[in-house]
Amino acid sequence: MATTITKTKTLIGKAIRRREDPRLITGTATYVEDIKMPGMHYAVVVRSPHAAARIRSIDTSKAASRPGVVAVFTGRDVSNVGPVPCGASLPGLRVPHHTILATDRVYYAGHPVAVVVATDRYIAADAADDVEIDWEVLKAVADPVKALEPGAPAVHPEWPDNKAFDFHQEHGDVEKAFAEADVIVKQRILSQRLIPTPMETRGVVAEWRAADRALNLYSSTQIPHLLRSMVAQMLGLEENRLRVVAPEVGGGFGCKLNVYAEEALMGFVAMKINKPVKWIETRRENYLATIHGRGHVDDYELAATRDGIITGIKLRIIQDLGAYHQLLTPAIPTLSVLMMPGLYRTQNICADIVGVFTNCVPTDAYRGAGRPEATHGIERMVDILAAELKMDPAEIRLKNFVQPSEFPFPTATGLIYDSGDYAAPLRKALDIVDYQNLRREQAEARKQGRLMGIGMSTYGEICAFGPSPATPAGGWESATVKIEPSGKVTVLTGASPHGQGEETTFAQIAADELGVDIDDVLVVHGDTALVQYGIGTFGSRATAVGGTAVYFALQDLKAKIKKFGALLLNSDDVTLANGQCIDNKTGASKSVQEIAAASYRAMQLPPNTEPGMVSTHFWEPPNFTFPFGAHLVVTEIDRDTGAVKVLRYVAVDDCGNILNPLIVTGQVHGGVAQGIGQALYEQAVYDENGQLITGELMDYAVPKAHMMPWIESDHTVTPTPVNPLGVKGVGEAGTIGCSPAVVNSVVDALSPLGVRHIDMPMTPEKIWKLIRSAQ
Amino acid sequence: MKITVNINGKRYSNDVEPRLLLIHYLREVVGLTGPHIGCETSLCGACTIELNGKAVKSCTMFAVQADGANITTIEGLAANGKLHPVQEAFWNEHGLQCGFCTPGMIMASKQILDRNPNPTEEEIRHGLEGNLCRCTGYQHIVNAVKAAAKAVGA
Ligand code: FES
Ligand code: FES
Repeated sequence: MATTITKTKTLIGKAIRRREDPRLITGTATYVEDIKMPGMHYAVVVRSPHAAARIRSIDTSKAASRPGVVAVFTGRDVSNVGPVPCGASLPGLRVPHHTILATDRVYYAGHPVAVVVATDRYIAADAADDVEIDWEVLKAVADPVKALEPGAPAVHPEWPDNKAFDFHQEHGDVEKAFAEADVIVKQRILSQRLIPTPMETRGVVAEWRAADRALNLYSSTQIPHLLRSMVAQMLGLEENRLRVVAPEVGGGFGCKLNVYAEEALMGFVAMKINKPVKWIETRRENYLATIHGRGHVDDYELAATRDGIITGIKLRIIQDLGAYHQLLTPAIPTLSVLMMPGLYRTQNICADIVGVFTNCVPTDAYRGAGRPEATHGIERMVDILAAELKMDPAEIRLKNFVQPSEFPFPTATGLIYDSGDYAAPLRKALDIVDYQNLRREQAEARKQGRLMGIGMSTYGEICAFGPSPATPAGGWESATVKIEPSGKVTVLTGASPHGQGEETTFAQIAADELGVDIDDVLVVHGDTALVQYGIGTFGSRATAVGGTAVYFALQDLKAKIKKFGALLLNSDDVTLANGQCIDNKTGASKSVQEIAAASYRAMQLPPNTEPGMVSTHFWEPPNFTFPFGAHLVVTEIDRDTGAVKVLRYVAVDDCGNILNPLIVTGQVHGGVAQGIGQALYEQAVYDENGQLITGELMDYAVPKAHMMPWIESDHTVTPTPVNPLGVKGVGEAGTIGCSPAVVNSVVDALSPLGVRHIDMPMTPEKIWKLIRSAQ
Repeated sequence: MKITVNINGKRYSNDVEPRLLLIHYLREVVGLTGPHIGCETSLCGACTIELNGKAVKSCTMFAVQADGANITTIEGLAANGKLHPVQEAFWNEHGLQCGFCTPGMIMASKQILDRNPNPTEEEIRHGLEGNLCRCTGYQHIVNAVKAAAKAVGA
């Protein structure tokens, strides 16, 4: 019988435009704020204006009596709701009890104290101002270094030393390495607090269906399933009666990889008022009450031989945790320790972390989460060492790289690097800029008194989180692939993307594997009522882990297609290619569509085979993946203003196989933008009273279009053996590789003035002062 | 107060509170989902619309100030089921990731091209100064504006 022949498909590796875009470019996508329900109410959260204070009393009567207000709840009302969870565990970790609303004390400016619910958002906002709180203002501490000083105000009175934990890791013989070193270099390096700033703030809509005892929770989250498990626990709901939907999510960058007080709070409110309720965070609230990132004070020491071989690394991290542990807060700096050796071979390391409470909003995962700090540290230190030894920064790196023959490579911190050729991206970057020539240009420029710098970083990162034993929740990801009776393919992924384009990349995988048209594939995600349990999108894991789950589900289906195909073709020797199951003897064939229809019609079944064409796979990765690369930055400093101009930005990234170059390049660009933001512009500043000075977009310098250089993005390709797709992950690479390259470049520019190190952000004011003081 | 506004070719007459922001009018009263709110303080540009031919941030205006105006939002750009060249270019050039800034970015980009059909990279970047994107690093957006300029010019 004649069959429709589908064309040979090779979508993998093609720069096809995204399938999620039509709704986004026409303004018809549904973000949380776009959800409307009959009878919907609006909530506004009342927050502490103080970083540390006792609540003497709260008077809600005026607010409650305003027309249109239906309820006001305070900490006492929500005492039955479980605490905001911390998923990380460390030996001896002190975990403050984190209620969803403060009861008698607040610990940071922005701390939720009450919630006002009204029929209209303007009324709710007015009524929030009517809530009267009698405060006893206490002394606050916002600086983690000061918080460790004796006599500092105690963030949590029960722990006067402000320490949440001490962490120690050691490997090899560090003392010997330092005792025998020809040279030791030391430097304190800061990775400042940053505010993630997704363009969509957080938001929640909660709908209680009393008759079913079921709660629908729409939240701008990266982890709908994990959120469901935890909010169910907090609210004492049966998990199968809580449906969490992550609708269109307007960016996350880690800050929506969390469980927030407001998510449980809105569930509580909806249940109490028996009406749908919506809460949308304002930008001001987003800055005050959504997690921040970084917040490191790092003391580094590097031991080396005279010819530049790194023989040992010591690191002490002071981690600013903020007032509480959010979902992963204390775990983030441990990722910095894991990656502290970078791409280098040394086996002698010693690391200490002290986790410090401050009267600030908690820090947690922000794009890169611990790895940008580690990369920034080691890549700065390698440059400082190179300067000390008067070696070329490229040469010293090439001398210390793990070699291609050494994989799988066990690191001093207990990881197994999967695969790589670490010199390759560096050499490529050097070629792209014609390095030797560029150095000559620089020498010329210097003669003319110009401040031109060339800086590089060679980064490695840990991605594709991760094997389950090494992660706080499961580290696997799930996929269901269904071929419907009509032959259309539906992919349900547990990874819940929010801008990364998996509706496209996963469709590419499915279309290629099945040999069907990509337009016949639909990727569904983000709804716990539709999608089997999953973990989520973070840690550059969605494609490497979630995509692999899709791949394996497809392998199951292919086997089943062949079984049904053999039956229909009455053959025992069939192959599946280009969407056709072909009898190898006669050349007769049946299409995947025909076979799917037959599998549901089930007139005949192959032996030991069920009807239907559905497969679910939970894929557990055997290891992390370790993308790497080299970023090279050419800068020039304006002597009069201190402004840094990036003349060239070259990014050579190795993220393994590339499924869609358009999307990968987009991830690199976006990552670099956040790295440039950290290197040059951004910093969350609290004053000594714990007031957030950079509390709005006016004061917090998210890079704008004219503040970004042109990025020349290139790649080397080293597939990972960890998954069959060979992909390593690329979501965070740009950010991780960027900041040290920019700082190294600026330090190089200023090195004729004797500058050895600069902390971020390298604002014109800071650079100008450095130039002045050198003159 | 009663206002009458022409939005995407359709007339709307509504009674509104004088303090109602235009963005809230468009989203809550008219029921649009294209213009977004990223700050409410005229810093992010997610709420950018076209009012009497000029790109404005609809969070910086009261609805009553728009009385009698002609408004185009992202929803009104595509004509007869055909995307506007700027929309098409954003799609082709991967000028968006999470898409939250996109409606505002597209409206601002259209305005750049309305004023200057052949902008340089620098002119594009300066023209987009009022619009923040946290996802793309802007490069693909710059490419999209260039591509749209070409498509319109062709
Ligand atoms: S919401 Fe109008 S500029 Fe941000
Ligand atoms: S695409 Fe996400 S903010 Fe621009």
